[in-house]
Amino acid sequence: MTSLALAPRRIGTGLVDEVAVSMEAVGKVYGSGAERVVAVEGVDLEVHRGDFLCLVGASGCGKSTLLSMIAGLDRPTRGRIEVAEGRPALMFQEPALLPWLTVADNVALPLRLQKVARNTRHARVAELLRLVHLEGFARKRPHELSGGMRQRVALARALAQTTRLLLMDEPFAALDAITRDVLHEDIARIHVATGVTVVFVTHNVREAVRLADRVVMLSSRPGRVVAAWDVEIPRPRRMDSPEVATLSACVTDRLRDEIRRHGHR
Amino acid sequence: MAIAELPNNSVEAGLDALALPVGGRRRRRRRILRVVVPKLVAAACLLGVWQLAVSLHVSADYVLPSPGDVWQTFIDQARAGNISEAVWTSLRHGFEGYVLAVLIGTPLGLLIARVRMVRYAIGSAVAALQSLPSVTWVPVGIIWFGLSQTTILFVVIMGAFPSIAGGLVSAVDNIPPLLLRVGAALGAHGVARYRHIVLPAALPGYVAGLKQAWSFSWRSLMAAEIITTGPSLGLGLGQLLDQGRVQVDMRLMLMAILVILAVGVLVDALIFAPLDRTVRRRRGLDVA
Repeated sequence: MTSLALAPRRIGTGLVDEVAVSMEAVGKVYGSGAERVVAVEGVDLEVHRGDFLCLVGASGCGKSTLLSMIAGLDRPTRGRIEVAEGRPALMFQEPALLPWLTVADNVALPLRLQKVARNTRHARVAELLRLVHLEGFARKRPHELSGGMRQRVALARALAQTTRLLLMDEPFAALDAITRDVLHEDIARIHVATGVTVVFVTHNVREAVRLADRVVMLSSRPGRVVAAWDVEIPRPRRMDSPEVATLSACVTDRLRDEIRRHGHR
Repeated sequence: MAIAELPNNSVEAGLDALALPVGGRRRRRRRILRVVVPKLVAAACLLGVWQLAVSLHVSADYVLPSPGDVWQTFIDQARAGNISEAVWTSLRHGFEGYVLAVLIGTPLGLLIARVRMVRYAIGSAVAALQSLPSVTWVPVGIIWFGLSQTTILFVVIMGAFPSIAGGLVSAVDNIPPLLLRVGAALGAHGVARYRHIVLPAALPGYVAGLKQAWSFSWRSLMAAEIITTGPSLGLGLGQLLDQGRVQVDMRLMLMAILVILAVGVLVDALIFAPLDRTVRRRRGLDVA
C-alpha cells in the first residue's frame, strides 16, 4: 500500500487541532424580493482533520446546500469557507456512476482527469477496489451491480481523488437496512484506515450517532447550527447498541423540539 | 493492506453474490427463429397475394408483372452487370454524402446544444429542415450545380445533416444533470468535460441520429438519382428505376424498387442496428 497512506488516527476528540474545513458566518440566500429564501444563515463550524462529522436536521435545513458550498459547487452569499486541501471528494444519494464505463474505469476517472500515469492508475484502482471489497468486479458495468455495490464503487471513486476530505450527501438513504449496515461498516473501516476527514449529511439520527465523532444539528429555514454532540461511544459500534440508542434518543428529542418550533410560527 | 477484516465481510460477499443475475444464457437460436420466422411468413403472404392478383388477371401484364417475371428481370440485369454497377454507384454516392453530412451535422449539433446564442439563432431552423422533404432540394441543386454528382451529394447532405444535428442536440439536452454535476465534482472541466462526460453521455442519442440519418440519406439519394440522370452521373439504382419508366418496363421498375429497399435495409441491419444495440446494451438500456 503506497499512495493511500495510513494516516495516524486521532483518538477521542480534539487531540489534533489541524482544521480541514472552517466556516465563518456562512450564509446562503436564494432568489430576491418576495421569492427570497434564506437557506443557510450564520453558520460557524470547524471540521478537524480526520474527524467524522455528521450534519443532521429536518428537511429544508440547508444541509445539502452547506455541503455543496464546501464542495465548491455552490458559492456562499455571505461569510467564508476555507477548505485546507484542494478539491474535496463528493458523494451523492445516487451513486451517479457513468454507465458507459466499467467499474474500474469509473474509479480511474478522477485519476485520469488528474493526469496520473497509467501504471500508477491501475495500481491505485486495484487498491481502491480492494478497499471497498469489489476486487472481483472491475470489469463489470454499473447496471450489472446492486445499489449497495454501486454506492461502494462511488465511494472508491470519491477516494480516488487525491483528497483528505470526503463529503457525503445522504449516501445511504436509498439502500435497504442490511446493505446500509454493511456500508456503515465499510465507511467506518475506511475512515479509520485512511484517516480521511468526512462530512456526512443525513436525516437519520441513528446513522449519524453510529458513524460520527461529532454530530451537528442544523435548524430549518434558515439553517443554523443549534446543537452539537461529541460522540464518545467506543468503536466498533452498532446501530442497535444501547449506547447508540440512548444518544440517538437525546438527539432526536432535540430535533423534535426544533421541528415543533416551526408549528408555532 | 493492513485493514482489519471484519466479520461482516461474509455478509457483504453474500449480498454481492445475491445481486448477480442467475440462470443460464438465453437460447440464441430459438430467439433468432422467433424473430425471423414471422418475417418470412409475412413476405410469403405478400408474394402469394401478388401472384394471386396476377393469376386472376386483375390488370394487364405491363401494369402488374408477376413475381417470377420480376425475378427473371433481376437475373438478366445481374448477368449484364447492371445490378452490381448500380448498387455500387448508389452506395458510393450515398456513403460520400452521408460522411459529409456527419462532418457538418456533428459540430453544428454540438454548437446548437451548448451555445445559447447559436441555439436561438438556428436551432429551430435545423429542426424545421428535418421535416422538409429533401426532394425539394433537387431542382435547386440542378440549377446551382447542374446535372452533376455535386447535385446528388448536395441533396443527400441536405437530407441527412439535420437528423444528425438534431439527434445530437436532443441527446445532449437529455443528459441527466446529475452526471454533469458529478463530472464537475470529479474535476472535469473544459475539453475534459466534453471528452469524458458530455460526449459519451450523448452517445446513444447520437447513434440513434446517425441511424436515422442513414435512411434519410438513402431516400434523398434515390430522389436525386431518379430526377438527375445523365451520362456523367453513371448508373445508380435511381437511374435504373428511371430507365424502367422511360422504357415503360414495370418489371424493371419493381425490381429496382425491391433492390433499393433491400440495400437500405441491409446497410441498416449490418451496420447501424448492431451499433445501436451494442451502445445500448453496454449501458444496460433496454434492447428491443
